[in-house]
Amino acid sequence: MQIIFYIAALVAIVSTAMVITRKNAVHALLYLIVSLLAVSVIFFIMGAPFVAALEVIVYAGAIMILIIFAIMMLNLGQASEKREKEWLKPRTWIGPGILAAILLAELIYTLNSFSPSAHEQAIIDAKDVGMSLFSTYALGVELAAMMLMAGIVGAYHIGHEKQKEYHRYLQKEEKL
Amino acid sequence: MLSSIRTVWLVFLHMFKKRVTIEYPEKKAYLAPRWRGRIVLTRDPDHNERCVACYLCAAVCPTDCISLQATEDENGRRKPEYFRINFSRCIFCGLCEDACPTYSIQLVPDFEMGEYKRQDLVYEKEDLLIDGQGKYHGYNFYRVAGVAVGVKGKGEGENESAPVDRKKLVP
Amino acid sequence: MSETWIHILIIVCVLLGMVTIAAGLIYVERRMLAVWQERYGPNRVGPFGIFQVMADMVKIFFKEDWIPGFVDRKVFIVAPTIIMITTLLSFAIVPFAPGIVVANLNVGILFFLAMSSLGAYTIVLAGWASNNKYSLIGGLRGAAQMISYEVFMGLSLMGVVILAGSFNMTDIVMAQKGMWNVVPQFIGFVIFFIAGLAETHRLPFDIPEAESELIAGFHSEYSGMKFGMFFVGEYLGITLVSAMTTVLFFGGWLGPSFLPPIVWFLIKMFAFILVFVLLRASLPRPRYDQLMSWGWKILLPLALLNLLVTGAIVLYNQ
Repeated sequence: MQIIFYIAALVAIVSTAMVITRKNAVHALLYLIVSLLAVSVIFFIMGAPFVAALEVIVYAGAIMILIIFAIMMLNLGQASEKREKEWLKPRTWIGPGILAAILLAELIYTLNSFSPSAHEQAIIDAKDVGMSLFSTYALGVELAAMMLMAGIVGAYHIGHEKQKEYHRYLQKEEKL
Repeated sequence: MLSSIRTVWLVFLHMFKKRVTIEYPEKKAYLAPRWRGRIVLTRDPDHNERCVACYLCAAVCPTDCISLQATEDENGRRKPEYFRINFSRCIFCGLCEDACPTYSIQLVPDFEMGEYKRQDLVYEKEDLLIDGQGKYHGYNFYRVAGVAVGVKGKGEGENESAPVDRKKLVP
Repeated sequence: MSETWIHILIIVCVLLGMVTIAAGLIYVERRMLAVWQERYGPNRVGPFGIFQVMADMVKIFFKEDWIPGFVDRKVFIVAPTIIMITTLLSFAIVPFAPGIVVANLNVGILFFLAMSSLGAYTIVLAGWASNNKYSLIGGLRGAAQMISYEVFMGLSLMGVVILAGSFNMTDIVMAQKGMWNVVPQFIGFVIFFIAGLAETHRLPFDIPEAESELIAGFHSEYSGMKFGMFFVGEYLGITLVSAMTTVLFFGGWLGPSFLPPIVWFLIKMFAFILVFVLLRASLPRPRYDQLMSWGWKILLPLALLNLLVTGAIVLYNQ
């Protein structure tokens, strides 16, 4: 189990690094999908198969496909790749790199200071997730539901098209 | 929705119907006698070539696939020196058959003439000429035509009266 | 030790068996389509034309595998493998008979849904990597269609999950001992089957490929064995959806005891495969917007209603 965890973690880290360094947006997204899959494997090992499955269904399966969908429509070609290359000069990424390194050091320090009992194999299945969602985190669920509702209403409003009564050739020209 | 289910059911029932496929190399489809297939040159009942090399078929051919050259034998009877049909261009429209004044060129119900080389689709006179009379039996152009080219004497043809003797033609 | 070997044997059998069935479907589909169109179909190669599969395979293996110069090479090569991998992985959770299952996961159905949602990438990436307008439109249509229909597929399965009280496939089959799920979950079955059709982008829902408008859509640029992967992947998808329908709604391996359980499973699975072919033979392709509005306006409310009623009845009976 330990070995599988380290392999998955390594895959996740390498693929995430590739996401940042790729010039082609679709290639970067593909690495991001690999990274999400690796994270889902880690979830599975840590005893949360339900969350692992949801990670694949929701993030890798639905959200990433929507992002790819959008990028496919943008029709990025050689020009954008060249521009990307200009942006990725050391001068631009050294600052964020140092900040991220500080965060990483802090994270490693805090992880080390914890007792190593984090590897407890308590399997959390769908029932436990459901119970905690609708008791402890009921407020969060309700808030998320309201936000989704707002999203649906907004999407409907944007996508709503006025019913045209006539064929387009028969419509009167709008006066300017 | 219901109509879709009905469609599915009706298509399912086709399982129990007779197949319409004719399994070709073993079973041959029926071809009508007037089916327009391979072009042949026929002979008259006396076993001579019917073709008089009038060029009408070559003139009417929409794809210009017929090519021939006229010549005459010692009796003055016209016949083609060569007669060539390029079947890679022929569209089997049958206009040559309609145009032929002597029932010589005919389309017969046969389509199995596939070749591996394009050049093999160019049929010469030997390939086209058959021994029989084709679809029109008993017709002999030179027996009803006025001209004497060794088939019959002057005035001996069918429905042909003897030539008028101009020395006896007096009022 | 022997248990490990039996497990490996099961894995190999499932893998080879499913790929063989998928390849054999090439013959079955052509033959059955012909039967429903009053023709004979392939009947020349071998007895009843059964070796047509070999002939097709030999042909597709020896075709030139041409990668056009304008494509995105890496993505172009990866795309067709995704559908094969995800569909074959999905077979891991299908219980063919008592004990014959590769991985008895306790989130079996979710694993199936996850794999089918990853399967959508094959269309999207193939369409994008081909660098071709028609392929791109096919990829876009495929992405929209598969994401939408995944939603109803998941929702229609939740009724079954409520009845069985588990995501585990074996538990679901055992819960159908008294009555097959198709009786209480008839709406769920219909929605799942329609969503399965759309998910495998089979006719009548083959909108991403739509040969008459998009010239085979996302796989127009593919040739040789890469095209073959799409082809076999599609047939694997049919087999998978048929197997899942059998397991979830028609009692899996359950049946009268004069036949062994695996035979019952295969009989039911092949019946559904034939239904797939029959639908292809009979129904015309809907328009793209019709497909989407039909899904979101009819199937989604129906699936939610089905879920609600099922949950209410289960709660009332407790």
